[in-house]
Amino acid sequence: MAGVILAVDDSASMRQMVNFTLKGAGYDVVQAVDGVEALEYARKNSVDLVLTDVNMPRMDGITLVKELRALPAYRYTPMLVLTTESSQDKKMQGKQAGATGWIVKPFNPDQLLATIARVL
Amino acid sequence: MSTNISDKRLEAAEDAGQYLTFQLGREEYAVDILRVQEIKGWERATRIPHAPDYVLGVINLRGAIVPIIELRKRFALESIDFGPTTVVIVVKVASPRGERTVGMVVDAVCEVYNVAHADVKAPPEVGSSVDTAFVKGLATVESKMLILLDIDRLINASILDGIGAAA
Amino acid sequence: MSLDLEMEEIHKIFFEESFEGLDVMESSLLNLDVNADRETIARIFRAAHSIKGGAATFGFMEVSNFTHGVETLLDEMRNGTRPVTPDAIQLLLQSVDGLREMVKAVQAKQPIDAQRIALLADEIAQLLARHPGKAAEPPAVAAPAPAASAAAAPEPVAEGANAAPEFLAGGPGWVIDFQPHRDMLKTNNEPLRMFAELERLGALNVIADASAVPALAELQPDACHLRWRLELAGAIEKRAIEEVFDWVDANCSISYQHYAGTGAAPAAPPVAAAPVAVEAAAAPAAATAVSAPPPEAVAVPAAGAAAAAAPKGASGGGDAGSIRVSTTKVDHLINLVGELVITQSMLSRFADGCSPAELEKLREGLTQLTRNTRELQESVMQIRMLPISFAFNRFPRLVHDLSRKLGKKVELKLSGEGTELDKTVLEKISDPLVHLVRNALDHGLEKPEARVAAGKPETGTIELAAFHEGGNIIIEVKDDGGGLNRAKILKRARERGLVADDAELSDDQIHNLIFAAGFSTADTISDVSGRGVGMDVVRRNIQDLGGVVQISSTEGAGSTIRIRLPLTLAILDGQLVRVGAHTYVISLVAIVETIQAQKDRLNAVPGGAELFRLRDEYIPVVRLYEMFGVEPDSRAIEDGLLVVVEAEGRRFGVLVDDLLAQQQVVIKTLETNYRQVAGVAGATILGDGTVALIVDVPGLVQVFNESFTGGQTLAA
Repeated sequence: MAGVILAVDDSASMRQMVNFTLKGAGYDVVQAVDGVEALEYARKNSVDLVLTDVNMPRMDGITLVKELRALPAYRYTPMLVLTTESSQDKKMQGKQAGATGWIVKPFNPDQLLATIARVL
Repeated sequence: MSTNISDKRLEAAEDAGQYLTFQLGREEYAVDILRVQEIKGWERATRIPHAPDYVLGVINLRGAIVPIIELRKRFALESIDFGPTTVVIVVKVASPRGERTVGMVVDAVCEVYNVAHADVKAPPEVGSSVDTAFVKGLATVESKMLILLDIDRLINASILDGIGAAA
Repeated sequence: MSLDLEMEEIHKIFFEESFEGLDVMESSLLNLDVNADRETIARIFRAAHSIKGGAATFGFMEVSNFTHGVETLLDEMRNGTRPVTPDAIQLLLQSVDGLREMVKAVQAKQPIDAQRIALLADEIAQLLARHPGKAAEPPAVAAPAPAASAAAAPEPVAEGANAAPEFLAGGPGWVIDFQPHRDMLKTNNEPLRMFAELERLGALNVIADASAVPALAELQPDACHLRWRLELAGAIEKRAIEEVFDWVDANCSISYQHYAGTGAAPAAPPVAAAPVAVEAAAAPAAATAVSAPPPEAVAVPAAGAAAAAAPKGASGGGDAGSIRVSTTKVDHLINLVGELVITQSMLSRFADGCSPAELEKLREGLTQLTRNTRELQESVMQIRMLPISFAFNRFPRLVHDLSRKLGKKVELKLSGEGTELDKTVLEKISDPLVHLVRNALDHGLEKPEARVAAGKPETGTIELAAFHEGGNIIIEVKDDGGGLNRAKILKRARERGLVADDAELSDDQIHNLIFAAGFSTADTISDVSGRGVGMDVVRRNIQDLGGVVQISSTEGAGSTIRIRLPLTLAILDGQLVRVGAHTYVISLVAIVETIQAQKDRLNAVPGGAELFRLRDEYIPVVRLYEMFGVEPDSRAIEDGLLVVVEAEGRRFGVLVDDLLAQQQVVIKTLETNYRQVAGVAGATILGDGTVALIVDVPGLVQVFNESFTGGQTLAA
């Protein structure tokens, strides 16, 4: 069930954890610190899934999803945003921007893998 | 010194230690080989103020500042002139602060021997010119008596002992 | 790497990140005082949010819970429902402090200061309660979840009106009418996957209804015209089913009918069998909610944040590609370069014995080598250099807090934050600087009323400036306060026996008395300063770094403290001197002048000391051969040279046989393999490969005092 996952988060520790978890499960992981970096990478390469935090400098996760959906190559790519329990509107904003779904923070590695398995 | 040692050498095993031996006066001393960093010729050292008389000074050893101790003086033996066979054994010992690299001036370097732990006997209370606190034990190899030194203790005590402390 | 080790590593990163984030929060909060702009608030919010999220993810629940309150406050400020007030900022600053302590404790696996945190959390809760935010969702409460389920909580589950489908075989189950909206597929929400998930809950029967699918010509491949009736058998919680459709709730119409199983006739009248189009309550919420923040422009944050961002790690950090390197590696590199310098210098000397033709080539090669080596050395030393902003950073906060506490109005001006100095010097100058600034604030600056009465502006100024000057770094701490009171200092000094009653002292000499041990003219001892243990420690710390500190002051107008430090600890500008056959090094910084001494100016003093009359002052003489116990060329003072040095504000004459060259030397310690030696600051390796000892000039003062005056210091 492999694939290339683009993990976007301005927190290095979160990226590391995601990286470690996903790599361990056989996925390839590309890390980006914010939406701008992620978008740039996505334009030049192809990924199978985008996993992004919402609150990031330069370009936030919701905008990233919107931008990505506008690219032909990413019209149907699964995209998940990381949101917190209480942030209902962020979930909706994500959906409206085109996200496939969300993962609620905090999550543990098993939850992460299970959710990704739903879409990849 | 062409005795064939290899017949007598045990396989380096868990139950034996390897020692470098050197001459000092009439005695032959032994130091754990793992502590020996290198052997070099004697060179003049820079004097250190207020150091005990057996601390000859410090030298430059590839950029490191290394103190040199004259073991003869340390063991209260008469000093002899330094000659072509005079060597400095540079040892690295464990100290409270980490590791210490120190050079010891000896008369001459002898051999490397394997000595089984079982063959090491406790030192007698009296007799040697060396404070028994620094002696780990005695061993007989090829009908010679080797005095096995506790080099960590000896070096640390020599440096930290303060001014004028004798053996 | 094993899981535990890997998690340890990740935790380490989290801690580092958190400290950086807290720094960003602090410096941004200080900026917030003056102008509450959106970008700054957003930045602070993001930092708090990250810490909260990370802490929760890694199981540091206390940190996460506390941060949540902070985050909520910030969120309200961010979306404009809460005004930014000085009190709120102060509370947030205190929370940052509390968080920092908490994270430190967690990092060190120590217990946290629960009481302090509880107090802060309380205050935050109170503040939040006083101005309830008008945000669409109530702050800090579990998910209201209006959108999550088709039926809002109180609504009863629709019991199927019709007969239970055969598939359920009399057992409990559900019938789900699922009609995706046209655009549901566009976000890669694949119904087949959802069905697969439902199958994991129980046996599933899928009945597709393709009646709405248009003709091929009109068909858009990514538009969903299908609808399904799903029969799911089993005693399954509605919540579990809802979760499967969680993501597409807003993009579909879905209705649930439950069958309790075994002949239970449906009691309630059927709720409309037609699918209830559930426009999620969230949709209007989404409309009124804060619109997604616009892409943040790359605002260049204050020095603090920049300093925090600058060392960000190799995983794609913000600035022009920097990496973290352990100082051990850098020190090793510096050692290697030091070696290279010595080798190069040794080779240069060998050139003296070659034939003319060889000589020329050798000389060329060596010139080249010298140039390369020097460049390499400079580059390597540069690696250890950091801008002084790292030390200056804590001052905005410090001055802010302290001025509030003391009831004084202060403006802090920083200049030359980019001036670079060695990392170790930087670390060690930090505390002395804090002391000096606190002093200036506490004793230097007057209260606003007093200032106005004196015709000064109400707000006092403290300036911290740094700049390079001739191979050194100069740091100045200036204040426009009351300046030093000459009379008071003199009186206090006399009281303490530091100065003879009839001694005549210049202004400078009087001012520098404040650096004497135990000296303080403060009438009251505040917990800030006044205990008199500060200034002498400050001076000693600076001297330990090979620097000097002076104070100049004008009564009524203010004071300036000037610190001069070498750019690096590892290298010294040294004067080589000879005593007999021995070479020693004296730091050039400490040397005032060198003179040929005349015998008639030398006076003996009871106790064994000697004083030399240098123009209009008497300076003690130290015979280096005596200090170090070596044989000199001559014991007569007129045969040698007197090197006048300055340490701890007083001057000495050091007698040597001869002056040799001046050169830069690499400082090495005797303590690694030997131990500390009185009067010796370290050792260095000269060009000929031999070791020379570096004279500890301030240490000489000690040794001198002990040997001649029985521990009492000499009057100036």
